[in-house]
Amino acid sequence: MNWLWLCSLPGIYRKQTGQLLEYYQTPEAIRYAPQKELEQMAFLSDKQKHAILKAQKNMNPEELAYKIERTGIKFISCCENGYPRLLKQISDYPYGLFYKGTLPQEEEHCLGIVGARMCSNYGRKMAAELSEALSDHNISIVSGMAYGIDGNAQAACVSKKGKSYAILGSGVDICYPKEHRELYESIQEHGAVISEYPPGTPVLPMHFPLRNRIISGLSREIIVVEAKKKSGSLITADCALEQGRDIYAVPGRTEDALSEGCNELIAQGAGIITGTEALLQTLGLSTGKSKKREKKNILLATAENMVYICVDSRPRTVQQIARETNLPASEVMSVLGSLVMKGLVQENSGYYSK
Amino acid sequence: MPVYSTVISASIYGVESRLVRVEADVSEGLPSFAMVGYLSTQVKEAQERVRTALKNSGIYLTPKKIAVNLAPADLKKSGTGFDLPIAVAIAAAYGFIENEILKETFIVGELGLNGDVNPVPGIYTMISELKEQGCVRCIVPKENVREAREAGQVEVIGVGSLQEAIVFFQTGKHEKETSYEEQDETGKEKKYKVDFADIQGQEVIKRTAVIAAAGFHNLLMVGPPGAGKSMIAKRIPTILPEMTREEQKEVSKVYSVLGMLKGERKTITERPFRAPHHTISPQALVGGGTIPRPGEVSMAHNGVLFLDELPEFSRETLEVLRQPLEEGKIEISRTAGVCTFPSNIMLIAAMNPCPCGYFPDMNRCHCSHGAIAKYNNKISGPLLDRMDLTIRVNPVSYDDLQESGTPLSSAQMRKQVERAREIQQARYEGTRLRFNADLSSTDMEKYCFLKKEEKDLMKEAFEKLKLSARSYHRILKVSRTIADLSGSEEICQEHIHEAICLRMK
Repeated sequence: MNWLWLCSLPGIYRKQTGQLLEYYQTPEAIRYAPQKELEQMAFLSDKQKHAILKAQKNMNPEELAYKIERTGIKFISCCENGYPRLLKQISDYPYGLFYKGTLPQEEEHCLGIVGARMCSNYGRKMAAELSEALSDHNISIVSGMAYGIDGNAQAACVSKKGKSYAILGSGVDICYPKEHRELYESIQEHGAVISEYPPGTPVLPMHFPLRNRIISGLSREIIVVEAKKKSGSLITADCALEQGRDIYAVPGRTEDALSEGCNELIAQGAGIITGTEALLQTLGLSTGKSKKREKKNILLATAENMVYICVDSRPRTVQQIARETNLPASEVMSVLGSLVMKGLVQENSGYYSK
Repeated sequence: MPVYSTVISASIYGVESRLVRVEADVSEGLPSFAMVGYLSTQVKEAQERVRTALKNSGIYLTPKKIAVNLAPADLKKSGTGFDLPIAVAIAAAYGFIENEILKETFIVGELGLNGDVNPVPGIYTMISELKEQGCVRCIVPKENVREAREAGQVEVIGVGSLQEAIVFFQTGKHEKETSYEEQDETGKEKKYKVDFADIQGQEVIKRTAVIAAAGFHNLLMVGPPGAGKSMIAKRIPTILPEMTREEQKEVSKVYSVLGMLKGERKTITERPFRAPHHTISPQALVGGGTIPRPGEVSMAHNGVLFLDELPEFSRETLEVLRQPLEEGKIEISRTAGVCTFPSNIMLIAAMNPCPCGYFPDMNRCHCSHGAIAKYNNKISGPLLDRMDLTIRVNPVSYDDLQESGTPLSSAQMRKQVERAREIQQARYEGTRLRFNADLSSTDMEKYCFLKKEEKDLMKEAFEKLKLSARSYHRILKVSRTIADLSGSEEICQEHIHEAICLRMK
């Protein structure tokens, strides 16, 4: 109960809580710590001191427990059974987790898939493909439920009825981004949304780098799909490295800013993902179960074929395609329309890619 | 000696003119000058101008009681065009001019203190309806003569001063100016200064422009800065078919009311192209004011309204566009009545894909997901719903510039457009419809007949592309235009496919 109280302190982060615990040993001691002593703590800001003193007076663990339970939120402290063992092994494990849904089981194999918010079609496709294949092998996907790679990987996993865990940078009662409401709900059914921040905590930019360590902490492996230099995904990879997790990266073209981070990781020794099959093999999973990639045997008209060959995974505009194929503009547009309808070509704000 | 006289003039309300009778009466009594008839300040001020101008034109008014009334008395009169009719009416009441000649004469003009007659706006509008009102001649300021001649079949007499006007009424003589007629037919060739031939490559955009022009579809261009969006928009009027006489008249009326038909410009013969800046207010865009004046939308009537940087326009400004786009006219209600302005426009809008302009090129775009969503959210759904065509515009590449062969010119493109227009005209003969863009969902069942295969394709598209009912109809409308362009009576699969490629995403 006192753990809940400690973890619900607003504005006090893992670092300060750690220092407080070092001094007082138990959360209970912190709760009843004399005001004078607290005021002399150099590592606490005035605001934080004030928050603790106020909580000592007004915040009641029983009441807190009742409140969060009523909203369907559960809490688990690091001392309780059921707290993810893997997470406990990292140096700065959270003292308590708020969550909605069910936490991973003892023997559950969790794997993190992270990447850029603003990703390309290629990244989106890779994330979904890997995630689907992994969930077919009963591997749970851990990610941050953000736009782009994170969300796509988790959505693909949930659609396959696999288990997925979303680590949020806000309280678990806040769905961020708002557009992912549906995903947020379905993850709760197939896994959990998890946060170390007490319910009601707003989304703050500084929360995201901190939550990344939980993503890697919960996972045995981390896959980075697309990442720019200096991106949040690389922070996750750094955390994973510190925590001794295996890191894999999806390679990209050297000139793509979105793949710079991934390629760098590979250069530094991260595992390279050459394909879904290869990944499953590296992970020691039998490939027999996963279905072979369908060979696409498509019969296309000549013009369609010309356009289809021209469109590759790199997005192109209609104008570019028209010039390369030397077909009249009207025909190119018509063919692209039909290829989109056949599902052979994807369109993204005026650019076409496979 | 006559003591009462009446002169015909007109006041502009919106883009319509209403006849006004200017009555003057001179009687014995304490010398005074009173003007009545629901006058705006501009008209009230006419008093001083008229009195002084008469004096300076050599007409001496003996001190008498002068009363001037502008009838009908319940219509608010504004503008400076009543100076000359008031002066003439008073001169007639004093007996300087015969009343008889004034009966069928329409008079309008502003006076200077020295008796000079200055031009006024709205001449074209006033004169074009004169014949029906039973007038046979009109007296207009010299500068407005060309405009007046163009407008109607009445005799036009241009006067440079009050003196000239009075001489005409007294003797029937006036300076005939023939030089106007001679210049008339010259300069008919090469009306536009720009041409699509200036744009190398970019066939896709040109094709889209042809489709848009052929069906009078609204077009949205999305592209990074410097892609040539404005360059393309400016050239679209050059591929629209010539305006008919009737259309020219409608447009000229608007420009006349705004005082933009002076000197060399007698009527508007080229399709208008208006590109208001994004700081424009809603009133300036659709028209407004106590006595409503037409706005940019009406100035673009029968032509192109180009809104560059669409998301930068205030939301309020964009929302007022909905009525004109839907109905082809704008109604502005004021206490004095409802004004209707024409606004049959082809809306061309341009915008960047994101605040920095480079999305989805991730090597250059650094906008966050939220920033892009916010940028795109500035444009309301209902407005986007009215954009039939969307096209991505990218800057010309080096290969484009190197491409051999002459680029498609406006003349060639116009030919395609005209052919498609003729087909439409024949098809919509006798209905209220003019182009494919006018088709409503019920019309579509009649005019966009689909065979079984095409129907299946549309059904598949509806499900696969998650279309809304609106966008479904848009695709159908555009397919109709594409079919017309290829001269095909039926809409085929390839037409639908092309329309799908050009749909709003």
